[in-house]
Amino acid sequence: MAGGMVRSSTMSDSMVTSTVTIAGHGGDDVQAYLAQPEGDRPRGGVVVIHHMPGYDRATKEIVRRFAELGYNAICPNLYWREAPGAAPDDAAAVARAQGGVPDERLVGDVGGAAAYLRALPTSNGKVGTIGYCSGGRQSVLAACNLDIDAAVDCYGAFVTGTPPEGFPMRGNLVDQLPNLRAPLLGLFGAEDQYPSQEQVAELRDILAANGKVFEEHTYQDAGHAFFSVDRPAYRVAAANDGWERITAFYGKYLG
Amino acid sequence: MCTYETVCICVEGSGKGPQSWLRLSQATVYFDHPVHAMADHTLNIDLSDPSKGPSARIALELTAESARALVAAIQQALDAVPSELTRP
Repeated sequence: MAGGMVRSSTMSDSMVTSTVTIAGHGGDDVQAYLAQPEGDRPRGGVVVIHHMPGYDRATKEIVRRFAELGYNAICPNLYWREAPGAAPDDAAAVARAQGGVPDERLVGDVGGAAAYLRALPTSNGKVGTIGYCSGGRQSVLAACNLDIDAAVDCYGAFVTGTPPEGFPMRGNLVDQLPNLRAPLLGLFGAEDQYPSQEQVAELRDILAANGKVFEEHTYQDAGHAFFSVDRPAYRVAAANDGWERITAFYGKYLG
Repeated sequence: MCTYETVCICVEGSGKGPQSWLRLSQATVYFDHPVHAMADHTLNIDLSDPSKGPSARIALELTAESARALVAAIQQALDAVPSELTRP
């Protein structure tokens, strides 16, 4: 197990949540879900990058959990342009049919979300990213292109490895990894095929060769999406330990 | 895993959603995590009318076994029809 969560006995878990508009890629208005702990104590920020099923309830629960952990947290709705105001599953279907989120736009939207967090009066200036599934790859992508202080990749496919045919807008990130600007925490499942253990090893080797800080853990009894509490893939032991590792990692780099 | 592989075709026909009938023009087919089905992965089909907005969609999430059975059933039903009835 990773180090236990360190929480102040004075924390109340009170928070304020709201739907806001941020300036995303190209200055576009993009909807985002924001959660801020109560009080004026300076704190870091976390940009949560949602998975392919979209800007959904489970992702918003993750945003609130980061606020409960003491961070300002925000999740941009990456499908806002395709489907403003639509139900998350409908928006995800439209985005998928249109080819998904281009990498350049993702970087712009995450950059806008990070800037929004840094502009909050309670910000300590530090911002991390975290993403799940496709968002895991996008968290690494953001950290290769933006000034981010810590990045977490939860089982993101095609950070390394070869994407399948018909994958025109997203290649792997092998060429970009030497530009990684932040310490990276990677959490993976041994039973996952995307990313496979070979792909995780390739990531490890590339980052080591480039002198990057990479903390990683692979859970033997878990596959893809083990953090997803509302899916059969959920693995409680892996998810609990993963949350502790995330808490310790952000405590080190965003505090 | 997320396969990301998405097959998108044009279709002609109608489908009924919770509110009303839709004139379908697009089918998107992919094997990925379901939103609702209790399986790690499912064969997903979105039958939609994109001109009517994101909610104009009939969504299916079928286990691979069910999807193959459905394909066979569709083929069986079509095969039983005199060819003059199914010409474009």
